[in-house]
Amino acid sequence: MLDLSKYQSIGSALKDALDQFAAEVCLIESDREREKERLTYRGFKERAHRLAKALQDAGFNASDRAAIIMTNQSKWLISACAIFYCGGVLVPLDYKLTPEEQLHLLQHSGASVLITEYPIWRQLSASPLHSSPTNLKSILVTEAPANVDLFGAHRWEEFRSNGEPAFIPRRRGDIATIVYSSGTGGRPKGCMMTHENYLEQCIALTSIYPFAPGFRYLSILPTNHAIDFMVGFFGPFICGAAVVHLRTLRPEYVREAFPKYKITYVSLVPLVLKNLQIGLQARFDALPPRKRKIFNALVGVNKALTKARPRPGLSRRLLKQVHEGFGGELRAIIVGGAFTEPQTLQFFYDLGIPVANGYGLTEAGTAITVNDLKPFRADTVGKPLPGLEVRIVNSNSEGIGEISVRSKTVMSGYLNEPELTAETIVDGWLMTGDLGRFDSAGHLQLFGRKKNMIVTEEGKNIYPEDIEAAFESVPAKEFCVFAANYIWPQRSMVGEQLVLVLRLEQGQTFTDELRRDISAHNSRLLNYKRVHGLVLVNEDFPRTASLKIKRNVLAERLAQSDRASAILPL
Amino acid sequence: MRTIDQTTQEVLNLASKHFEVPAESLAPDDDFFRKLGINSLQALELLSRLENHFGIELPDYEVQGVSDFRTLASRIQSRL
Repeated sequence: MLDLSKYQSIGSALKDALDQFAAEVCLIESDREREKERLTYRGFKERAHRLAKALQDAGFNASDRAAIIMTNQSKWLISACAIFYCGGVLVPLDYKLTPEEQLHLLQHSGASVLITEYPIWRQLSASPLHSSPTNLKSILVTEAPANVDLFGAHRWEEFRSNGEPAFIPRRRGDIATIVYSSGTGGRPKGCMMTHENYLEQCIALTSIYPFAPGFRYLSILPTNHAIDFMVGFFGPFICGAAVVHLRTLRPEYVREAFPKYKITYVSLVPLVLKNLQIGLQARFDALPPRKRKIFNALVGVNKALTKARPRPGLSRRLLKQVHEGFGGELRAIIVGGAFTEPQTLQFFYDLGIPVANGYGLTEAGTAITVNDLKPFRADTVGKPLPGLEVRIVNSNSEGIGEISVRSKTVMSGYLNEPELTAETIVDGWLMTGDLGRFDSAGHLQLFGRKKNMIVTEEGKNIYPEDIEAAFESVPAKEFCVFAANYIWPQRSMVGEQLVLVLRLEQGQTFTDELRRDISAHNSRLLNYKRVHGLVLVNEDFPRTASLKIKRNVLAERLAQSDRASAILPL
Repeated sequence: MRTIDQTTQEVLNLASKHFEVPAESLAPDDDFFRKLGINSLQALELLSRLENHFGIELPDYEVQGVSDFRTLASRIQSRL
């Protein structure tokens, strides 16, 4: 592994890694049963440099911004490496957003280059917002079929120049990426992450979950997500490990990938981990009684022998078939993006497969706490990473308060949002908006959220304000969207729901037709953004002098009613 | 060669059978996430079933952002 304390930027660390590990495999790309690509660091460097040179020839300079909207694949990482080589700022955008949301963020980020895949570009080009002004000067499209009109975009595969690109150095405090943590609707929250944020986070994470040449990371979480960017790109690359991309995420192909590529680490969202648990449990339950008895006894032995610490070699021998199904080399499943239920974590640990659960947010540079497995604890989100200061502020009599963080991994601020930045980073401390408490062993326990937002099991952050526009033409006097747990606090990080709060016009009654109308608006939202129920109120919303809804006051009013009876199902 | 209406009907029938939802309760413009009460993983499962049924390969990116049966059927139809 490179000694990152000596580096100034992601670009300079990647530059050295590509030379130091030249002969090692760095990327494998597979589409169903077909392996499409296998690149060494040397081969990767050659492609990244040709692209970097072409970008420079096209006028891409230091600090210019380049957005990537792609599914997980080799060209994502090659493009990112080229951008950093040129001293550019990477804007990784979520390929799962709607074209309108992507165009909105492209505009907000000020990106002058867009690198995307043909199916995404086709949708972007067809969007009514396509002609809205952006700063884009060059658009590169991968895998475009021959003879199609690319509306002025270049083919990624042909966008290359010979000759050595100039390496543009950056300083630790310079912006490396702009990562949108949310705000696709109203107020985009573009986290400006510095090179230092990534270098320090990588040092901290790899001290607990190390990579080395020969290790293989299966990249499933979208690479635009802070976790996959770190453990599915930067982390493995500076250690000479390999990243495996699958072009389809059908469960059957994901399952095959583990033994086929001898996977060392994988990152999953809780929903997928839970699904994996259900599948495994069903297989265990289907064993003939005698075999099941033996299996359960072996799990019991493994559980007893790994109580103090994981013993991978022993677990692999004891529960051979289970581990062979995962390829026999799996060191840990990294779970992130949302809260994971303790019983799911325990299920895997008992099988000898540690789940690296933790807690973090993009603004803090991915992870804040992580389970260090000394010993494994399913009931907490682990201890703060080395180098991070975490404290609980405004705590109640039980010690539960808002989690705040101070560290070199905390973002420099939100792009173009000085006020929001000042509200979020107070005297150098990042206020997370999440509620927690430290136990006597120094482990952090989570107790819900202080802020009006939800995180889905699929790891999506949803800010209610961002989806209100979807209900604009609903006939009512006024409305707004809340996270139900913000109104009626629950000590839970799972099963969060959104509710639409509605104030009808004088004399207007709530009819089935209105319910159907709201339902129809709701169904136009992406599934994870939909509201779960309605709350009718019979007085006007409290508003500020500038007529903004006083959400906290309204929430306090609503909290007087009983949650179960107040929410009408949609 | 199937017509788009036939393809759509077969998609509805298969979804109804696989997720045990009465066929008559499903319509082409329904949002399948909502109507079938499924998540993104189960939607991938449905895609695999549809691929086997129609004998085609439907890349994940082709159905990215699709949530109604009619559009799903049209993506299948273009590959038949």
